[in-house]
Amino acid sequence: MEEEWDEDGPEVVKRFMYVNRKAPYGTVYALEMLEKVLIAAAFEQDVHVVFMDDGVYQLKKEQETKGINMKNFSPTFRALEGYDVEKLYVEKESLEARGLTVDDLVVPVEVLSSQDLKALMDKQEVILTA
Amino acid sequence: MAYEINGESIEHDEEGYLSDINQWTPELAGLLAKDEGIEMTDEHWEVINFLREYYEEYQIAPAIRVLVKALKKKFGPEKGSNKYLYELFPYGPAKQACKVGGLPKPTGCI
Repeated sequence: MEEEWDEDGPEVVKRFMYVNRKAPYGTVYALEMLEKVLIAAAFEQDVHVVFMDDGVYQLKKEQETKGINMKNFSPTFRALEGYDVEKLYVEKESLEARGLTVDDLVVPVEVLSSQDLKALMDKQEVILTA
Repeated sequence: MAYEINGESIEHDEEGYLSDINQWTPELAGLLAKDEGIEMTDEHWEVINFLREYYEEYQIAPAIRVLVKALKKKFGPEKGSNKYLYELFPYGPAKQACKVGGLPKPTGCI
């Protein structure tokens, strides 16, 4: 790891958006996406993380994963603040369609309508979806 | 690949990180530190214990920048610095301390 440069800060900062659309388990997409977010954060990029469609389930409180023999990685979302990743967004329509509210989620998020999310996407330099 | 300690085999990956963090013991940490050329002191243990608590809470090993910030918050600016951590763990604090603490390699270590 490049452990020295962090006192100087990064040379290039881009607006990155990571769009999570899949449920946390069953596929490896959600976990891999979280790793990508952590790596971008380590490079001190301007990171935005979106949860929409079944992706909102990634933030659901009280995940119990013993039965499927997977590590519950939802606590890691609470570490994002320490990585200075504080721009977390949930699509309003996706949340409502699943009968969830922000009180059901492990971290504070900003809830955006589909329309507002589109506007935010338009401002990004890089968008990654999984 | 495995470490041998007290007649027990503890599996590790090709870089020396434990395959199962639950198999870690303070005694094993001593052995791992020796492999890394580190003489464990109270200051080393302070960092190792902090890392293990961090992992327990967040299920990841923190990147160095995050570790420094968190240490600063808990122990003050003298211990929350890159310099201090490099003195304790000269070959990369995040990597070496995580290895000795039985944690996975920190995400974002490229």
